[in-house]
Amino acid sequence: MKDPASPQFLDRRSYRRKRLIDAARLLPLMAAVLLLMPLPLEFAPTPAQGGAVALGLYLFILWLVLILAAALMSRPLARALDERPSAD
Amino acid sequence: MLSFNILVLLATLYVGFLFLVAFGADRRARRGQMGWMRSPLVYTLSLSIYTTAWTFYGAVGSAVRNGFEFLAIYLGPTLVFVGWWWLLRKLVRIGRSQRITSIADLLSSRYGKSPFLAVIVTLLAVAAATPYIALQLQSVSRSFSIFAASNASGSAAPDVNFTAFWLSVGLAVFTILFGTRSLDVNERHHGVVTAIAVEAVVKLIALLTVGVFVVWGIAGGAGDILQRIGDAQLNTASASGSRWVALMFLSASAIICLPRMFQVTVVENSDERHLATASWAFPLYLFLMSLFVLPIAVVGLAEMPAGANPDLYVLTLPIAHNREALAMLAFLGGFSSATSMVIVAAIALSTMVSNHIVMPLWLRLRRPSAELSGDVRDLLIRSRRLGIAAILALGYGYFRFTGGSEALASIGLIAFTGVAQVLPVLIGGLFWRGATRRGAIAGLLAGFALWVYTLFLPSFGGSWMMSADMIAQGPWGIGLLRPQALMGMQGMDPLVHALVWSIGVNAVLFVGVSLVTFPSPLERLQGVQFVNVFDHSTGQGPQASMAVAADDLLVMAQRIMGNRTALNLFREAALAQGKGDGLPDPTPEFVNRLERELAGTVGAATAHAMIGQITGGATISVEDLIAVADEAAQIMEHSVQLEAKSRELARTARQLRAANEKLRELSVQKDSFLSQISHELRTPMTSIRSFAEILRDGEGLSREQARRYSGIILDESIRLTRLLDEILDLSVLENGKVVLDRARGNLGDLVSRAVSATASLNGVRPMTIEVAPEISRIELTTDLDRLSQVFINLVSNARKYCDAAQPVLKIVATREDNEVSIDFIDNGSGIAEKDRAIVFEKFARLSDSSAAGSAGLGLAISREIMRALGGRIEYLPGQRGAAFRVVVPL
Repeated sequence: MKDPASPQFLDRRSYRRKRLIDAARLLPLMAAVLLLMPLPLEFAPTPAQGGAVALGLYLFILWLVLILAAALMSRPLARALDERPSAD
Repeated sequence: MLSFNILVLLATLYVGFLFLVAFGADRRARRGQMGWMRSPLVYTLSLSIYTTAWTFYGAVGSAVRNGFEFLAIYLGPTLVFVGWWWLLRKLVRIGRSQRITSIADLLSSRYGKSPFLAVIVTLLAVAAATPYIALQLQSVSRSFSIFAASNASGSAAPDVNFTAFWLSVGLAVFTILFGTRSLDVNERHHGVVTAIAVEAVVKLIALLTVGVFVVWGIAGGAGDILQRIGDAQLNTASASGSRWVALMFLSASAIICLPRMFQVTVVENSDERHLATASWAFPLYLFLMSLFVLPIAVVGLAEMPAGANPDLYVLTLPIAHNREALAMLAFLGGFSSATSMVIVAAIALSTMVSNHIVMPLWLRLRRPSAELSGDVRDLLIRSRRLGIAAILALGYGYFRFTGGSEALASIGLIAFTGVAQVLPVLIGGLFWRGATRRGAIAGLLAGFALWVYTLFLPSFGGSWMMSADMIAQGPWGIGLLRPQALMGMQGMDPLVHALVWSIGVNAVLFVGVSLVTFPSPLERLQGVQFVNVFDHSTGQGPQASMAVAADDLLVMAQRIMGNRTALNLFREAALAQGKGDGLPDPTPEFVNRLERELAGTVGAATAHAMIGQITGGATISVEDLIAVADEAAQIMEHSVQLEAKSRELARTARQLRAANEKLRELSVQKDSFLSQISHELRTPMTSIRSFAEILRDGEGLSREQARRYSGIILDESIRLTRLLDEILDLSVLENGKVVLDRARGNLGDLVSRAVSATASLNGVRPMTIEVAPEISRIELTTDLDRLSQVFINLVSNARKYCDAAQPVLKIVATREDNEVSIDFIDNGSGIAEKDRAIVFEKFARLSDSSAAGSAGLGLAISREIMRALGGRIEYLPGQRGAAFRVVVPL
């Protein structure tokens, strides 16, 4: 709220865009937590037999989900780039 | 089997094809037919230089050695790109608005265009990139030798060094041809970028094809591969959670800080929106690149002989299965990975070296002559070409020196840790305005030194600079200083150990020194522009001196940017200033713009220095600003004070005028008082004098007459005395010098005393006086004599002036809270309204008709007495006759 003249409540479109940016900021943080959380356990000197496949599947599926989420957000975010030259 | 010569031919053809692609793209770009070359797809593919030969070959080796660890190298960049809104967006915006040419330029520009900082970052980048380039040379020459070894004829198995040497030369030529074509880096290397995009596609297809062959050609499909991965005994001894975190951090920072990644991500970016596409497309690329790494690793482990190098499974597996075409493709993929990385790294590094080391040195040597002489443009291009050659020579030298013994992955990680030293300073510079140049230098130097000491030098395994003994025992046998166990931190992975120490000390020093130092004006200005880049996208630079000759600027700009570009720029600026012909005025805006344009060629620090030479180094300092602000503040304070003073003067003048007015009124009053009093005194004096003369001169006066005349003289004397008494009395009262003699008394007594005192007055008609009985019940404390004087005056006035046929005076008292009002009301015609205001004035006798024995001072005296007693006397309108009210406090 740097600009006192900016309205307190935004219209629906700007509101959506702001939440979209929130989501875009949140995505890597969540991803980092998900990527770091289970691994110290799995990287114990002797990983549980069969755990390797599960770990691999977990990582690759998580990766795909991340890519998908980023892809879904990329187009509206690119528009937000244009529409808000002085974002934040 | 393929002969070595065919392989060389193939590689040459491939490079020739890339030449054509780059050449065509450059031509199209020059003709302005950008089209698909500016598409987000090309941008994303150009980012793929992240996946070098290290990835192409080394990821499989890493998977064999450390299991899933290799994934961290790709997940880190994935996080950065998925979270592009945080950092990359800002980085690209700054890169565009400040016309940044390299990572060194970015940091130097952020920290007050500091040349020293740029030198540090350049040296760090070169030091970190050298082993990395060596790694590429090594992997390509090894892949050559694999083919040579598998060649049944066994003829002409070439020296690995020989291959590496000619590879370096070829790469240098290619890079020089396409990398130094356009001098302004911000004009972008379309040819190179397009060639890299093509290479990106080649290496992706190569790796995917090998992967598909391994999974469905050698193994029995996806299910079988999963089974094999589950059963495989991947060596995970050195893998650990801390390494996983460290690798993720390293790769995430490398994707930002590696000079070549910065080059393609920020410098070559033509549209911010491409980032949005790359945010998912680049992770997808990485995903595909690493999808088949683990299958290739487990199949290679099972199929290949025990001594085979896992780093080359991608190549050796197809060869072992006699798939020559596939092997060729894999070779080309590896070749592409290596060459694209080397080309971009050489461009990025040579730009940094020429902008931040060669140019500043040249400028310093030239300093004595204020005029810039010699063609800077030639110098720049030459220094850049030499830089490219030198960097490749360094890489080749490193390759020869280490003998190519190191595992691929560890060399890459050493380089990553080196460039990661830039990260704290970069992040701090982008998000924290308090970050200072000194802090950045301290952090970088400490991180650099610790990296060299704990990771870089030990990586030679005791063969260079640092002996094996020193690595094991510490310098001079001091255990606390052992490079891989600083301060006794033993049992850690050497990489994690080095990372924690170097980044930790780096960040702490950076923040700590930043907190205690004070940034220069330029630093603060740049800091604001970087941190708040989204508010300042126009990018106002510091003001340069106005006293610059435009033709000096033009001469310099022509030397750096080339004749036509410079002329165009100047003509444009002149038009914008409303000058049809001739040169533009060197306004601050124009000088700033020119500086930015030049920064696109020679870097911010150098451009600043060059402009500074011409403008006489005139940059404003905060001290100047403060002085100016101080002056302004003082002037404002003065004016405020002056205003206050003038207001005060006006007030005083008003007061003086009022006082003056009052004095004049008083003087008028005094005059009229004097004239009245002399008149009042004169009347009795005249009769006294005349009767006294008659008595003196009158011979025949009868005794009766004499007696009467003497009586008149006596009466007049008495009247005169009374008048003088009254005047004296009034003056005492008016001056407030009256001494009150307070005593307790009964109001009724006072009234009756007044009534009886006035009854004996001569010349008055008899009057009925009705005193209300409640008066005698009121007791009060006051100066009784003075109060009765007022009453006497009021009663005698009523006796004198009441014009009723049957004069009646009513005296009533009303008691209120702590005061009592006594009303004297007669039944005469009262006092006309216009006269009511003046009855209490001195000598205010309304008519002379029955002015017996009074000078008209009575009511004036009464008013003064009441004022002295703390009460008041007023005319009471609305009664039938004259009515006065006396209010006395009890």
